[in-house]
Amino acid sequence: MLTSILIILFLAVIIGLVLGFSSVQFKVKGDPIIEKIDSILPQTQCGQCSYPGCKPYATAIAKGEADINQCPPGGEAGVRALAELMGVEYKPLNESHGITKAKAVAFIDEDTCIGCTLCIQACPVDAILGAAKQMHTIIEKECTGCELCLPPCPVDCITMPEIKEDTENWKWKYPVYNINKTDSNKPKVSH
Amino acid sequence: MFSQQSPFIQKAPSVTWVMMLVMAALVPGIIAYIFLFGFGVLLNITIAIITAVIAEYFILKIRNLPVKLFITDGSAVVAASLLALSIPSIAPWWIIVIGTLFTIIVAKHMYGGLGSNLFNPAMVGYAVLLISFPAIMTKWPLPISHLLDFNIGQQMETFFYGTKSLIDSVSSATPLDYIKTQIFLNKPFELNFTKGMPLNSYFNASIIISFCFLIGGIFMWIKKIITWHLPVTFLLSLILISAVFWIIDPSRYLSPLTHLVSGGTLLCAFFIITDPVSGPTTPKGKIFFAFGVALLVYLIRVFGGYPEGIAFAVILMNICVPLIDSLTQPRVFGHE
Amino acid sequence: MNLIDKIFKFNGGINAETKKNISTSMAVEKIEIPKKLILPLRQHIGNMPKIKVSTGDYVLKGQLIAEADGNVSAAIHAPTSGEIKSIEKLLIPHPSGLPDYCIVIAPDMKDQWIKKSSIDWKKIGLDQTIKLLLNSGIVGLGGAAFPSHLKLGLNRTNKIDTLIVNAAECEPYITCDDMLMREKSEELMKGIQLVQELLGAKETIIGIEDNKPEALDKINFYINKKSSITAKVVPTIYPSGDAKRLIYLINGIKIPKQKRAAEYGIQMFNVATIIAIYRFINFGEPSLSRIVTITGNLHKPRNYEVLFGTSLKDLIKKSGGQINKNNTFIMGGPMMGFKLPSIDISVTKTMNCVISAEQDMIEEKNEPLPCIRCSKCAEACPVELQPQELFWFSKSDQFEKAQNYNLFDCIECGCCSYVCPSNIPLVQFYRYAKSEIIADNIAKEEAGIARDRNDFRILRLEREKKERAERNAKRKLESSSNDKSKLIEEKRAEIAAALGRINKDEKIK
Repeated sequence: MLTSILIILFLAVIIGLVLGFSSVQFKVKGDPIIEKIDSILPQTQCGQCSYPGCKPYATAIAKGEADINQCPPGGEAGVRALAELMGVEYKPLNESHGITKAKAVAFIDEDTCIGCTLCIQACPVDAILGAAKQMHTIIEKECTGCELCLPPCPVDCITMPEIKEDTENWKWKYPVYNINKTDSNKPKVSH
Repeated sequence: MFSQQSPFIQKAPSVTWVMMLVMAALVPGIIAYIFLFGFGVLLNITIAIITAVIAEYFILKIRNLPVKLFITDGSAVVAASLLALSIPSIAPWWIIVIGTLFTIIVAKHMYGGLGSNLFNPAMVGYAVLLISFPAIMTKWPLPISHLLDFNIGQQMETFFYGTKSLIDSVSSATPLDYIKTQIFLNKPFELNFTKGMPLNSYFNASIIISFCFLIGGIFMWIKKIITWHLPVTFLLSLILISAVFWIIDPSRYLSPLTHLVSGGTLLCAFFIITDPVSGPTTPKGKIFFAFGVALLVYLIRVFGGYPEGIAFAVILMNICVPLIDSLTQPRVFGHE
Repeated sequence: MNLIDKIFKFNGGINAETKKNISTSMAVEKIEIPKKLILPLRQHIGNMPKIKVSTGDYVLKGQLIAEADGNVSAAIHAPTSGEIKSIEKLLIPHPSGLPDYCIVIAPDMKDQWIKKSSIDWKKIGLDQTIKLLLNSGIVGLGGAAFPSHLKLGLNRTNKIDTLIVNAAECEPYITCDDMLMREKSEELMKGIQLVQELLGAKETIIGIEDNKPEALDKINFYINKKSSITAKVVPTIYPSGDAKRLIYLINGIKIPKQKRAAEYGIQMFNVATIIAIYRFINFGEPSLSRIVTITGNLHKPRNYEVLFGTSLKDLIKKSGGQINKNNTFIMGGPMMGFKLPSIDISVTKTMNCVISAEQDMIEEKNEPLPCIRCSKCAEACPVELQPQELFWFSKSDQFEKAQNYNLFDCIECGCCSYVCPSNIPLVQFYRYAKSEIIADNIAKEEAGIARDRNDFRILRLEREKKERAERNAKRKLESSSNDKSKLIEEKRAEIAAALGRINKDEKIK
């Protein structure tokens, strides 16, 4: 009886020491989970998730305040990556936050622009050049396509043309083949 | 669609052709089996193939997969034949049907069908039968007895009604089984099988069958269906391991030659462990795998509860395949 | 047996039917100047060159019309004299089938050269020569189209000992290098001498497959025992013409994907590139034409020497048209080439071969079966990869794992697809996975920039807010202090006024 109690006690002490040691030794500094979530988010900074930017949304996910399916630009792949990171079930995108669109870049019709600077103030990544009463231009490379510049424009001179496929950004497609050709009445199975 | 991309030329034997060559490689072995153990073998193979094809057909229908494409790949036929060759020729028909159904439905399709099965389907079917019906599965007729006092009528009778009617003079336990029992009972054993007819012995019969499978194996090697890694490593390992024990105590342990020709060792070396789907893919991995199977086969044969260990050894090593593969990745061109 | 005779056989590879003799029976035919030349700007690896002409300009033969943009780029020259008709987006030979910018020239048929002069590279020095080569427009003509001035040693840091001349031409059907060696062997040998000197290499080895005996005879005619140039015959195993495979065959050095041959003291040039360099240095002629094999399902397959920009349609017509009219053409070899979107495109620097597709090339192949892990692909892979694993990861979008299994070492040679009994389009899956990973990395990079810019903006806004707050506080402080002094003054004034009144009252009294 006494021996077993002693053994249990001894084990408890040893395990406690090991746990204590590892909690000190392998202590995780900071909260990398926010950084990890943030690195999955597309950094569009569009605010469609109802948070003011990607980082605040990441923080909210980490705290458990926000769901993982509120980022339309991240798309399905983004939700999947977040689900895997957070160890939760995948869920389809919450459409109340918007739908996934093809990547676009803002374009200012320079003839219509009155140089009001309202869009410059709205741009989350400072991708619009210009000054008061001067024509504004988009720095195409830096535009994330967040559409935040659209509502403030008083003359509706900003459009969001989709980025077209060209020889530079063209990708090889997923090889699709039907393995069901011999039995054409069956639903197609594609790999 | 996919022909839109290069390569535009291709020259590869189809899966069906590969499976046909495997079947062709089995032919010498099957002929030897029929010669030595009677038409029961052919009946077994036929009933196994028919069952397999029917089972495959219905499963493919249920799984909504293209029936013609997958039924003609021939993999079910090969698996069924291998299973049938492992079952005693005097086994009743339902044994073969149960085994084949298990092979096709559970071991193959429940794991995802062609290309996805984790375990060697034929060996799963065999293991299930061996565990469920040990008495039937270990009783073989004496070689070429069918030419003497075990006529076709009797063969058909055992095929339909089992071995109950069979007189003991024509059936017996296999040498491995016999020796195991003797050792278990602490009795000395005698490997004097050469009484009577020259071929009326398991030992000589085993040598003939093994030789025929060896011919089939070499044929597959020449046809580049298999590489040398698996069979050579397996056979060498088994010889080596058994030689060590045999040298230590020849009175308790069988000679390497006996191990080599007994219990379908050659069938295993060339046809069972070379199943690509459930086996490793890297050259080094193949060597590890074959050695593991050889070691387990010997341990189970000599120290385990069953007289024959190939099925269990293969299944156990199948579990290790993903690990073996990931640990034996060959060095990529130019990498350190 | 000394080292020079020893062949180091790489893993796998395939023995495909070469089908080369169908296009070697006739000599290379020089094509006259066509009525229209379409010159795509994207003909090489690297940045798109900057256009130096505008519509309506008159250009001379050899005149620079697009200048290399940075180091990793190549220039484009007018292949003949004429007028710039337009600069527009037209179909180019690219697997995407998408249009891209092209310069269209209407030749005046005078074929008037711009003033050209040879380069005395020993006099002006190597650095200066390479600067000139930057705008020679010469790129690797074997098909990779890597700008040659980079290989010749811009910012050269590695000492080159060996020049390997790639004359293997391992893909079936292609014979342009073979014909070039047969017909221009003297020029080639002079070129090799020159390039070897330019590189400062001690020796040159010409790697040539054993299926080109005529070309080998021609080369051997110029090789004497004392010279530092040797020819090494390699077996006909595809892909022996891949740069790193050929280096291994010849030298036994395995160079991984991430490293350049130059780091091992080796540099490699294709035979056609060598002649182009020779013509530029010796005659001042930039890269204006090439030999292209037009072969396959045609009445008269043969090789042509063509100005860049010549319409492919004309060449097909010259070759008698298709025997079996399926209207499908493949650019490059059957193993690594791609289907052309149309034949309304022009000959470019990368166009070594156009195959009119044989029926079995475009026919629907047998349906693919699942992978049975037979590892035939691994046996055939010249890079010693595990194609069956890469297939699994690429198919299921597990890109990280695919990269762990060295997906990017894959040279897309197609050997794995060639031998697959299940008919799986393996390379196609690797191409897909690679382009997804590359696009993903670009997106990540862009996201990183966006994150930084957003962080900076938040910082900036905070700083501005703080500054504004500070300014306001200061102003408040200032304005409030003003009020006080005013108040004091007012009070003082009042006091003064009151005092004045008192004094007045006293005076009255």
